[in-house]
Amino acid sequence: MKLPAIVHKFSSPRNFYVMSGKLIPWFGWACLLFMVTGLYYGLVEAPPDYQQGESYRIIFVHVPSAWMSMFVYMVMAISGGIGLIWRIKLADIMASASAPIGAAFTFLALATGSLWGKPMWGAWWVWDARLTSELILLFLYLGFIALQASIEDPRNAARAGAVLALVGVVNIPIIHYSVEWWSTLHQGATVTKLDKPSIHLSMLIPLLLMAVAFKLYYATSVLMRARNEVLLREQNSRWVKEVVESGS
Amino acid sequence: MTPRQKRMSFVAVLVTGVAIAIGLALMALNENINHFYGPKQVKAGEAPIDHNFRLGGLVVTGSIKRATDSLKINFDLTDTAETITVQYEGILPDLFREGQGIVATGKMSNGMFIAEQVLAKHDENYMPPEVADTLKESGMTEHNGKPLK
Repeated sequence: MKLPAIVHKFSSPRNFYVMSGKLIPWFGWACLLFMVTGLYYGLVEAPPDYQQGESYRIIFVHVPSAWMSMFVYMVMAISGGIGLIWRIKLADIMASASAPIGAAFTFLALATGSLWGKPMWGAWWVWDARLTSELILLFLYLGFIALQASIEDPRNAARAGAVLALVGVVNIPIIHYSVEWWSTLHQGATVTKLDKPSIHLSMLIPLLLMAVAFKLYYATSVLMRARNEVLLREQNSRWVKEVVESGS
Repeated sequence: MTPRQKRMSFVAVLVTGVAIAIGLALMALNENINHFYGPKQVKAGEAPIDHNFRLGGLVVTGSIKRATDSLKINFDLTDTAETITVQYEGILPDLFREGQGIVATGKMSNGMFIAEQVLAKHDENYMPPEVADTLKESGMTEHNGKPLK
């Protein structure tokens, strides 16, 4: 299967540099807008929970970061796979640029979950299937970063990283279904199930606003990281020299 | 096969191969992973005798007895079939209350379960207290198939 020529044209480093430069401010400001509204509705407007009182409000950070930890991993693995098969440099760059952001989201999900677990469950950490598979996800991200850092040649690094990322994809359904397959201390899915979400609308809206804010944050930061990487890798080309000289 | 098709099948084989291997491993593990035992299983002698295990169930309404001079607490845990008395000393999680599902770690001693740790499990329902009250008043005891506490 060959990719249409437009994909190659669109993903040329120079084209990407110009396009992403235009997109970043939009994503950034939209992220700020959603984050501020989401936090306001989540922390001020939303009512306390009937069982957990005020402590449940950590959900507005915990759940979006847990979703993002899996979403970013899928982006990383799929771009890694595209880079591996079609040798598109930009896909390799997107995969490596995503890894630290995904690792940060995973860490945030684990840390906020731990802070939530102590008062509610009575433990900072339990070796429960959901928690353990999320911890494995963090190790997959760290493994990917370490593997790529240890290989000098960017093409070999991209290839090795893509293979690792693709192997780790198997962990994603395990994380999602862990609460159904095993009797875990972590409760089941609230929003991402076929049934109607079992969360009151006044709490669901800020949660979704925060989820959009986190997505936009990822979009902004991954484009910024990828842009830097493009400049670094293309430093000997003429267009980069022009960009640097013109100072834009 | 062109080199590109070769790389494509490599990726396909890699992902399916790993998925099958992990799937089989999980299926094998599933038969051994028992997160906790219920009172019925304990009474039937399925739980280990000498070392710690997890006991899960619902706290029986009206069975909580707190000591006045210490953090000692006694309560009954049920799976609706059998009931076991649990003894614990320490700080309980916020969600610990009558009718709450909990998981306790510890071991059996003279027909009583001596717990070292008590963990409370919460459900996936989130709603304002007023909504929960209205639901209860209207005679609704379940929400999305889960009992309301």
